[in-house]
Amino acid sequence: MEQIPKLPVAEWVSDATDWIKDTFSGLFDFLKDDFGDFIEFFAESVLMSIPIWIFIAVVAVLAFFASKKRIGLPLFVIFGLWYIQNQELWEELMNTFTLVIFASLISVIIGVPFGIWMAKSKTVQQILTPVLDFMQTMPAFVYLIPAVAFFSIGMVPGVFASVIFATPPTVRFTNLGIRQVSHELIEAADAFGTTGAQKLFKVQLPMAKKTIMAGINQTVMLSLSMVVIASMIGAEGLGQTVITGLQRADVGTGFVAGLGIVILAIIIDRFAQNLNTQRGDQA
Amino acid sequence: MPIIEVNNLSKIFGKNARKATKYLDEGLSKDEILKKSGNTVGVSRASFNVEEGEIFVIMGLSGSGKSTLVRLINRLIDPTEGSILIDGKDLAKMDKRSLRSVRREKLSMVFQRFGLFPHRTVLENAEFGLEVQGLNKEERKRKAEESLEMVGLGGYIHQFPGQLSGGMQQRVGLARALANDPEVLLMDEAFSALDPLIRKEMQDELLELQEAMRKTILFITHDLDEALRIGDRIALMKDGRIVQIGTPEEILVNPANDYVEKFVEDVDRAKVLNAENIMKRPETVDIEKHGPRTALERMRKEGLSSIYVTDAKRKLYGYVTADDVSEAAKQEMKDLKSILRTDVPKVQKDTSMNDIFSIIHDTPVPVAVVEDEKLVGIIVRGAVIAALAGNEVNLNGTNS
Repeated sequence: MEQIPKLPVAEWVSDATDWIKDTFSGLFDFLKDDFGDFIEFFAESVLMSIPIWIFIAVVAVLAFFASKKRIGLPLFVIFGLWYIQNQELWEELMNTFTLVIFASLISVIIGVPFGIWMAKSKTVQQILTPVLDFMQTMPAFVYLIPAVAFFSIGMVPGVFASVIFATPPTVRFTNLGIRQVSHELIEAADAFGTTGAQKLFKVQLPMAKKTIMAGINQTVMLSLSMVVIASMIGAEGLGQTVITGLQRADVGTGFVAGLGIVILAIIIDRFAQNLNTQRGDQA
Repeated sequence: MPIIEVNNLSKIFGKNARKATKYLDEGLSKDEILKKSGNTVGVSRASFNVEEGEIFVIMGLSGSGKSTLVRLINRLIDPTEGSILIDGKDLAKMDKRSLRSVRREKLSMVFQRFGLFPHRTVLENAEFGLEVQGLNKEERKRKAEESLEMVGLGGYIHQFPGQLSGGMQQRVGLARALANDPEVLLMDEAFSALDPLIRKEMQDELLELQEAMRKTILFITHDLDEALRIGDRIALMKDGRIVQIGTPEEILVNPANDYVEKFVEDVDRAKVLNAENIMKRPETVDIEKHGPRTALERMRKEGLSSIYVTDAKRKLYGYVTADDVSEAAKQEMKDLKSILRTDVPKVQKDTSMNDIFSIIHDTPVPVAVVEDEKLVGIIVRGAVIAALAGNEVNLNGTNS
């Protein structure tokens, strides 16, 4: 054992990252500039241009209908958002919300097809399972390093790191949801002569919907948890305020912003849960 | 021409299944093959034909391979060897596309646990096959509604399966299969998940529907009573092999081997046997030729207390009792006409044992089995009891 020198794993990874960076620099630059502009535009010119009170009112009304006309969620929305506004964290909230939306959206767009692929092929499942485990257990901070290498600092590397960290649940749950569809229903679909696509869209996906939505919910929550970490590489938002609090050993500031993240998380989660109903479910 | 022709169809599960077929050639049993090669035999060299318009029942206990067999027929499971000819085309050799079109147009399946899609309404479930075929909306709605109407679910079309009882769910399953207007209906233990009363109701209804539709039905069951009740012909399976194929009577009356015999031992025979199976050749006297003395002589010889009276063409007139006859003989009467009794208990050849029961219960004379007013046989109480006990079924009246 003594004779084996220390393997230069770190060098290999760095070299690989450099290579990727050089080879795909065009793509990265495009994402950094154009996609970054788009995210900024969405946060500042769309979300922040809406008057705060109208924004709160609209979300409250949506919450009222989403929660089947119960009063709890809308009340929470009103008080929670009012609190954030009161603490002068509205811009930070909008930035965080933007990051979460983009990260989740991209995660779902990537994750669902991979989940389907995984469900359809045993081999793919065998390959992807350890990869997903790796993605989830690797400390999230590590993703910041290549993210900075590829995209320097700002929102885009934040979204990038979040996507890597938050995609696995969507993939896993999509796979699980499709595999859970009972054997007899798959036989029924086959027996009536469905093509693969018909089976997927008429039977498997509709029946897996609830599970997939649970996975997406997890993805959203994970990307929310990345908000603070991503702010270390300059992603704007509530996380930055938390970091500021940390750097100044200012518990109060950190707590206020942290509470803002919690409120956002609860609102998104309750929306998702209330909307996640399946046709034919027994009430 | 048979609609389905199955030849030497086998399914062996596990690796190197093809190699294991040589053990089938050697005639090894399922257990021996498992020991030698580690492969499980699902179906072993099954051959049978299903004729158009019949209900062909495949019956066996769990593990006998019946569910595998039905899945081989629409190739939900790929056969290891053998052929499945439907309208002369071999399913086993078909590519995916032709297989799909056969499944869409010719074969529909009804499942044990119903196999309904919980996220679709009853109507949408019934439409499924047509939707898969790419039929337009109005057309498939019309057809699906028609077939739901046929199974008596016209009023439930917008419910979800989860809101219906088991029996109703299986009606949806049946309607879904019928909506395609398939040539063959594959029913895999379709009624086994239902409770006994509902099961019976569904059996009756299937028979009624069958009267009207004349579909070819391949019905899988583990319940011999069910098989005997609805089957035109029955194939009995054991350990992947078909051990006997025949009409319900043939199977009951002539079990091919010990296995079948054991199987049919505890069948409720009353449901399956009819008058013809248990009747005896009647002792009669001729009303034109015979007088009281002949009648008395015949009754003494056979040990009877009464005897049926017919003419030369076996037309049934009535019966005479021993007491009346001996009285008439004493009085030197010439013929039997004056002592003839006409309150004859009569049944037809196809009257079931259940019905014979109630008749034979309160009659002192043997029951007469008649056909076109002619006496073809008699049934004595002992024969009924013997038949119920499962032995000594008389088959001199051949199977109809």
